[in-house]
This record gives sequence, structure tokens and C-alpha cells, in this order.
Amino acid sequence: MNDRDIVIKTRGLTQRFGDKTAVNAIDLTIHRGEVYGFLGPNGSGKSTTIRLLCGLLMPTAGEIEVLGLRMPQEAELLKRRCGYMTQKFSLYEDLSVTENMTFAAQIYGLNPSSVKKRVNELLEIYWLDEIRDQMAGTLSGGQKQRLALATSVLHKPELLFLDEPTSAVDPESRRDFWDSLFALADQGTTLLVSTHYMDEAERCHRLAILDRGNLVANGSPQELMSQLPGQVLLVDSPTPRLAQHTLKPGVLETAQVGASIRVLTAGHDHGVEHVQALLNRANVTARVRETQPNLEDVFVMATRQQENK
Amino acid sequence: MKMSLMRIYAMYTKELRQLRRDKLTFAMIVGMPVLLVMLFGFAMNNDVRHINAALLDESQTSNSRELVGEINQSQIFTFKYQVATQKEIEALFRSGKISAALVIPVDFERRLAQADQSAVQLMLDGTDQSVQGSARQLVTMPINTILREHRSSNPSPPVAILNLYNPQHLAPLNSIPGLVGIVLTMSLVMFTSEALVRERERGNLEFLITTPLSPAELVLGKVLPLIGIGLIQTALVVCLGVIIFSVPVRGSVIELYIAALFYIFASVGLGIFISTTVQTQFQAMQMSIFSFLPQLMLSGYQFPFAGMPPAAQWIGEMLPLTHIIRLVRGIMLRSSTFMDMWPDYLALFVFGMVLLTIAILRFRKRLD
Repeated sequence: MNDRDIVIKTRGLTQRFGDKTAVNAIDLTIHRGEVYGFLGPNGSGKSTTIRLLCGLLMPTAGEIEVLGLRMPQEAELLKRRCGYMTQKFSLYEDLSVTENMTFAAQIYGLNPSSVKKRVNELLEIYWLDEIRDQMAGTLSGGQKQRLALATSVLHKPELLFLDEPTSAVDPESRRDFWDSLFALADQGTTLLVSTHYMDEAERCHRLAILDRGNLVANGSPQELMSQLPGQVLLVDSPTPRLAQHTLKPGVLETAQVGASIRVLTAGHDHGVEHVQALLNRANVTARVRETQPNLEDVFVMATRQQENK
Repeated sequence: MKMSLMRIYAMYTKELRQLRRDKLTFAMIVGMPVLLVMLFGFAMNNDVRHINAALLDESQTSNSRELVGEINQSQIFTFKYQVATQKEIEALFRSGKISAALVIPVDFERRLAQADQSAVQLMLDGTDQSVQGSARQLVTMPINTILREHRSSNPSPPVAILNLYNPQHLAPLNSIPGLVGIVLTMSLVMFTSEALVRERERGNLEFLITTPLSPAELVLGKVLPLIGIGLIQTALVVCLGVIIFSVPVRGSVIELYIAALFYIFASVGLGIFISTTVQTQFQAMQMSIFSFLPQLMLSGYQFPFAGMPPAAQWIGEMLPLTHIIRLVRGIMLRSSTFMDMWPDYLALFVFGMVLLTIAILRFRKRLD
């Protein structure tokens, strides 16, 4: 990929609020047409980073370039070229679906003659036609989210920021929503999605794992999973809780999954033997086998490594 | 950045839509002026009548009965109690059953004949100022002529009072024009400050800051409908005053609206300023009421301006309500023109400008 395809580039991006560091020296490169994920728990700096990238905050240190514009100096120019879907529904609850969209279209400076056409087009794409005259405040979580997405792409932005867009919707709506996101990416829109759902992060082309303001890992989900610096083991035992209790001090992480215990160990070798030995020594009946890492393992590993630094 | 009429228009129509759906606010826009005009027009009457009174007639002559009859006709007092002793009067005062008592002494006839002695005694409840004021009217009433007929000399009062502009002492003439200012203050300062905080409180600002909408466009789009509301309320108060209470509009109606616009400008400025000091609509409402009270007290609407100590007068001069009340009274009742009252226009303009400037400076700071 050449430099012209780079949509977002940051170097040493840092944001402090008082003595709290919300974003700590983050380097990012995001390419055109990517669905890029920010994965991290609440308070990991996802929203702050997105706000910095939009030019809504003045960074404490570091450089930001978005669509070739310097942030936050050229934020006003960026606003016309990017869309932003906020974490909490931020449209007007006492306006109807169409009224909200028309208002946003006018604010974004769409040609008055094309406002109606564009709004109707989006009402159709996002299945909002049947509820077009309903007040936004009476919509379901999924409907609100579709309205917010439709509103944020009214002006055909090149870049779309979505801050935890699916936190208030049911699984089926989430699946439909992601289909819509990929449709946008197919048309060349770059999407930056923050989430704390592993399954959503796994859908992204590439993702960055954030932990307390630090970028602890980034790459494609497949890369991250295959390059996990550790092993994932499954322990089947008639006494799973006892097995978990026994293993806890000796490994990175244990979690009960149904009747078995999922164990994360550091390093690539002899995990099975090591864990089996630990269990035998404690006289716990169990059988240990290796399994494929998932994104949660990557996440746990990355955040643990950060703690140990 | 260039302001966009399109964006201001978008904001303006959006505000009107929301306003139309906000039934409570909508009702307040029309309801408050109507309620206040009715209250001040009918209920808040300084011209007190039918004061409960006691009568102690110790003389029981035809003259004394004639005097009581005359006073009855004046309707200022209603003699609810006929008593026989001073003691009973005191008891009635203490229990609050009467606010006045007329004592006609035994030697009433003899006193009538003597010019240097008062013939009767009127006792008043001094704790109630309005009763005092009304009772003093008694002195100028025709009953005096009865008393005077019996006197050897018939001196006319030393100072003859000529009541300009309101010869019939009509209370609504004093209260209604000032209400234009009261109504505009109560609604506009609150509506403006609330409107500007609403977006922040409901989370819509999160969306708006990601759009090209500028702060100036936001404020203008929100304030324009409020200016319209202010003009409608002005019209409502004036029309009700003219139709129901026959308050005259002696000056120019156009100038009345220009004065209202100046005041709307000042009030909106105050509202915008308040919005930069608060976080929620509730706080905005509290601050608006807080800013309204000193205005009401010191504007000369409820208490005469001339009766205030110089410091209070000085503060009063700095408050916009003082000036709009003067302007509206002047235009409606004394047919004053712009040339007569330009200092009041100027004061309103300066007040609005100063607050707007402070508000804009504070607004910029908060965007960082």
C-alpha cells in the first residue's frame, strides 16, 4: 500500500486530563477502505482517541493527520468529510426520523434540492421507511442505531467514526448493522469502530487493542491470534472449580467454560505437560489438551503483558 | 468561518418544531401573559375598597348619621361592626377583623363648629400600607364638604393636585404597561438560557460538535424563534390591556415594538450569558428566576423608584427592566417619542451588548 491510501496517521498521540493519562503515546496507521477496530474495556481510551482523531480535543502531545488534514487545526474542514456516530444516541428524540435526517442534511450543507432525495434513499437502505414519521424517542435500540448510522452518512463521508455503536442493541440487529458497515467499506468508506465485544472485533480487517490508554497490540485478528505469545489449553476435569483453583497461581489466566477450564500460559512450549504436572501434584483428576487461541485470549495476553511492564 | 443561512434556517425550523411539541412551554408563552394581565388587572389593585371597619358613634346625631352614610357611599369602608366602646375596637383590631375604625365623639356637634379641631377620628391598621393609602383618600372625598359646611371658614386645600395621564386613578393604567417588561423578562431570559443548555443536557451537543455547525449559527438559530415569541407576547399584553382594561396606546405602536425589540435583545443577552454559567436546564431556570427578582424589586414596577435610597436607584438604573417599564409607560400613556426617551433605549442596548460580549468570550473558552 502506498502513502496515498493512508487515511489516519498518528505519532506519539497523548492526551492527559489533569494527572490522568487517557491516551498514552499511540502510533496508528489506518488505510482507506478498512474496517478498523478499537478493542478495549470501558475507560481504555477508545472514545478519547476517536475524539482526538476528529479534532474535537486538543492533544497534550503528538501529531495527527486525518485525510491529509492536520488535527485539530483543520478540524472544520474534516467535519464535512467525515461522519461520527456517537456512543449514546445524540439525535433529537422529539423529532421524527425524517425530521432528524433533514435537519442533519441541512446542517451538513447538502444542496436543498437534493436533501429530500438523499434522505429517501437512506430511509430505504437502512429500512427506516416504515417508521419515517415516528418520533426518534419512541424507536427501539436497533432502529435508533440505524437512524444514527443513516444520519452520519448523509453527506457521503470518506471516513466514518463509530463509538461503541452496538452497545444498546440485540444480537440480530448487531449482525444486520455489521452487514451495513461492510457495505459502506465496499464503497470505499474507511470505518473506525470501537467496541468491547470480541466477536465484533474479530470481524474487523484490522484492530488495535487498547488498555488504560496504551495501544497493547495491533494487526489483523488472524495475525494476532496466530502470533499469540503463549498457549491456550483446555482442562477437562470432574472437579473443574478445584482444577481452576489449583492452576490459578501458576498460569496467566483461567476461566471456566462449561465443564472445562480454559487456561492461558505464557510461552509456546510444554504448556500441556506443565499444566498436567501441576494438576497431578495437587491430586486433581484432569485431562489437558491444547486448543486454538481466540481474540479474547489475545486481549487477555496483551493486557497482562502491559501490567507486567 | 462564513455563517451559513442554510444552517441557521435548519436550526430555526428545528427549534420551532420542538417548541410546537413542547406543550408546556407553548402553553407558557401564551398562558403567562394572559394570567399576569388578568392578575394585575383585576386582582392586584392598589385602589383598595371595602375595607372592613368598625363604627363607634357616641354622638348619635343626624349629622353623624349623615356622615356615616356618605362614607358608606364612598365604598372605601364597610362598617361591619357597630360598637359601643373603645375597648371593643381594640379587640377587633387585634383579631384582624377590621383594618379601620371611625370614632365619632360625644361632642361631635361642638367640634364641627370649631375650625381648629378635628371633628372625628379615623383609626387605621398601620401594618398595612395599602389601607393607609386608601384611607387617605377619605380626606379628599366629598364627606369633607359635609364637615366643612358646618365650619365658619371654608378653606380650600393648600395644594391642588392635577393628575395627568391617569385622572381617574385607574390601577390598570399603572400595572398593565409595565407588564410588557415583566412578561418578556420571565419568559425570554428563561427560554433563552434553557434553549442553549438543552442540547448539552440531552446529549445532542455530542452530535452537533461533529457537524460543521458553528457556535454563532447555533445561537442565532435558537434565538430567532425567541425574538418572535417576545413580539407575540408584547402584542398579547398590549391587546388584552387595551380590550379588557381600556389602557390607551397614546404613542406610536411602531415605537412600542421597537422598544420591545431593544428589551428582547437585552433579555436574550442575559439568557445567553446565564446559559454559559450553568450545566442543566434546571439550573438555567433557577438562575433566570434569581436574576429576575432584583429586577422586579428595583425596577420601579412594584415599589416607586423615587422611594428607594440612591444606591438602590443606581442599581435599578443598571437593570434592563427599569428601562423597558419607563419606555412602555412613556409610549403608551404619555405618547413619548424616541427623542424623549433615547437614554432608555441606549441603556438597553448597552446592557445587551455587554452581556453578549461576556457570553461570547466565555463560550470560546469552554470549547477548548
